[in-house]
Amino acid sequence: MEVGRKMANMLGTDHDLNFKETELCLGLPGGIAVVAAGNETESSSSPKTNGKRGFSETVDLKLNLQSKESTMDLNKNLDDNGSKEKSGSAKDPAKPPAKAQVVGWPPVRSYRKNIMANQKNSSEESGNSGAALVKVSMDGAPYLRKVDLKMYKSYQELSDALAKMFSSFTMGNYGPQGMIDFMNESKLMDLLNSSDYVPSYEDKDGDWMLVGDVPWQMFVDSCKRLRIMKGSEAIGLAPRAMEKCKSRA
Amino acid sequence: MSEDDERQQSPPSDLEFVSNKARNCNATGSGSGHPEFQSTYPDQVLENVLENVLHFLTSRRDRNAASLVCKSWYRVEALTRSELFIGNCYAVSPGRATARFTRVKALHLKGKPRFADFNLMPPDWGAHFNPWALAMAKAYPWLEKVHLKRMSVTDDDLATLAELFLGFKELVLVCCDGFGTSGLAIFVSKCRQLKVLDLIESEVSDDETDWISCFPEGESNLESLIFDCVECHINFEALDRLVARSPSLKKLKLNRYVSIGQLYRLMVRAPQLTHLGTGSFSPSDIAGQGDQEPDYVAAFAACRSLVCLSGFREIIPDYLPAIYPVCANLTSLNFSYANITADQLKPIISKCHKLQTFWVLDSICDEGLQAVAATCKDLRELRVFPVDPREDNDGPVSEVGLQAISEGCRKLQSILYFCQRMTNAAVIAMSKNCPDLVVFRLCIMGRHRPDPVTGEPMDDGFGAIVMNCKKLTRLAVSGLLTDKAFDYIGRHGKLVRTLSVAFAGDSDMALKYVLEGCPQLQKLEIRDSPFGDAALRSGLHHYYNMRFLWMSSCRLTRHGCQEIARAMPHLVVEVIRSADEEEMDDVVGTLYMYRSLEGPRTDAPKFVTIL
Repeated sequence: MEVGRKMANMLGTDHDLNFKETELCLGLPGGIAVVAAGNETESSSSPKTNGKRGFSETVDLKLNLQSKESTMDLNKNLDDNGSKEKSGSAKDPAKPPAKAQVVGWPPVRSYRKNIMANQKNSSEESGNSGAALVKVSMDGAPYLRKVDLKMYKSYQELSDALAKMFSSFTMGNYGPQGMIDFMNESKLMDLLNSSDYVPSYEDKDGDWMLVGDVPWQMFVDSCKRLRIMKGSEAIGLAPRAMEKCKSRA
Repeated sequence: MSEDDERQQSPPSDLEFVSNKARNCNATGSGSGHPEFQSTYPDQVLENVLENVLHFLTSRRDRNAASLVCKSWYRVEALTRSELFIGNCYAVSPGRATARFTRVKALHLKGKPRFADFNLMPPDWGAHFNPWALAMAKAYPWLEKVHLKRMSVTDDDLATLAELFLGFKELVLVCCDGFGTSGLAIFVSKCRQLKVLDLIESEVSDDETDWISCFPEGESNLESLIFDCVECHINFEALDRLVARSPSLKKLKLNRYVSIGQLYRLMVRAPQLTHLGTGSFSPSDIAGQGDQEPDYVAAFAACRSLVCLSGFREIIPDYLPAIYPVCANLTSLNFSYANITADQLKPIISKCHKLQTFWVLDSICDEGLQAVAATCKDLRELRVFPVDPREDNDGPVSEVGLQAISEGCRKLQSILYFCQRMTNAAVIAMSKNCPDLVVFRLCIMGRHRPDPVTGEPMDDGFGAIVMNCKKLTRLAVSGLLTDKAFDYIGRHGKLVRTLSVAFAGDSDMALKYVLEGCPQLQKLEIRDSPFGDAALRSGLHHYYNMRFLWMSSCRLTRHGCQEIARAMPHLVVEVIRSADEEEMDDVVGTLYMYRSLEGPRTDAPKFVTIL
């Protein structure tokens, strides 16, 4: 988070290109100090030598727009992937005969079904691989939420769930600028998909990344918490698909 | 335990405010009061008298009747109705309700239809409490009680209730969702007069907020705290302190994160409890080895007033004998989350002579039910839930259990029975042995399954129920059923108000029989049955008398539903699309229609089309 804020401070709210500054700034907060201390692993000109943070070539400080686009592109791609996955499974021939799962039958409340399923699970396994619970905060919202990432299969599902979760907040006493109207879910969806609000997450290494960066499963495994932040603060985060994938491979 | 409890609860007998006013009116009426009230009009005196009298009218049906007598009675009834029940939150707008009834202290609202519980309705369909909360904040600042069922309640709504209603005392949320522990935290911290907080089968999101610690310090007025559905850890020490400073606490239902050791401590603090939900009923993992186990038997023995026991969410059956001391006094026992065998049940149930309500899992098998029948002669309500809710050919309970219950529990009024197989003979036997049946819900989990002994459809069994159980108001059918079963229902089910149908019937005639034959029908929910537009038309004369009609995966078309919508302007006809349906398909996935004074609602989501 500190990185993002520093970015915003240094660059103000205008989005002028400034390669030099952005290159420097996109190190860890300690990165700059590290440079000063003459850490040989640190290089001010080549972000790639700093294994964790740096720009990929394609990202510059038109970042807000470009990252929006690339994020939206990613979203689109993911949507496509999602629907491909869906149709894929529908074509799956191995489905059994007539008495397959019927929705809502027998008429046992899902509440009860979940409890019985939980009971079965906890008796079957001692150590629960369990839920991937992460806290979700949204700038401007009065409350935190928690989500279980394992409940979702794609970024789109997560995004829908987040919109539903946060759409219950009213504006309350908030002033008109800077704060959003949580009441309207579709408005919220637009916001989440627009440049004004950007979902970001903290990964296992403590880095804050844009959501949508990495393949879904990798995201679930590495996400520790989520923050839906204002676009201006997200400037410091970059899509890092290449970087992280490579480093994890 | 109140799943789908149709009876209206009696309102708080708080006649002080009212009778004072009445006294004043009488005083002024006799001429000794203020000059401006010195009324010589006999109407005014009559109205005052009427007001006094109508205060004693509690049943909402009686009140509805009284309000129809004449304008004066309508006015006075509206002034004196303190508990407002609205069975469908979309039937009337908050504005209209608050305009008519100006002195409401308790609100009871129901939202989504029951089939929403079974994932048959997409989420975010509606039933938002928010507009009601805001309307009541303006109209009823003295509101004390809110009871909601199947509504969407947000954290902000909870904050509203606590902040804007200074005397708020009772909140009951049944099958609700949309809020989390942070909302609860705000609610309990601001609601200083709180007596009742009952969260029943509701979905509460875990915001990692320690809401139990948010109850204000000092003596609390809490009489009932039910949170067994809250699926998050709670701060036990804070709960312990809370119970210690709640001398009026009578009902306490813990969630599964409370271990049996912690339960013990709470029971020692509160031996005056009448209703107890035991939480997990198993030791926590952190219990040290060699720690002396507390004397659970003594703790239960000390609770001399205990009449209702539930919980057992993660039961270790070894601990069951601890409850022996209370069995003889129990009128209600809920084992429906306890996967226990017949042998584990028998020593308990054999002591429960006074039991009237019993909920249990089918893990006890027919043998367990036979044990119930042998002892519980006073049983009024039985619910048998499936451990494994799938369609199989084998199941642990069957017609044997039902027969045994019918023979042993002659006073039975309400039954919900999940099974894999059932015979007409057993159902007929029950219809004859249990003439007091008001609610008969049989769920044969295998769809279209006939009588396994005779190979016949289940028509005769259900026919016998409607014929012999003259008080029957609620019926749920299952198994292989032809139109004949519905003919029986139409002919004999004259008091039936709620009917649930799934995978049944052959043709439109079946639905026609019911719509034409059952004058008291209020709630009709049908899924996956071959009923089409013609059948729908046959109910036109009756739909305004009904609360709602639900038909999903039947044979309705859009233009058929449109016809109904055109014919009946005060009916809201919703066509609900599931994910894979196109908007302009003529086939209707789900029809949900209900009478309303307001016309189409403005908060309908994209997947709902109002015709």
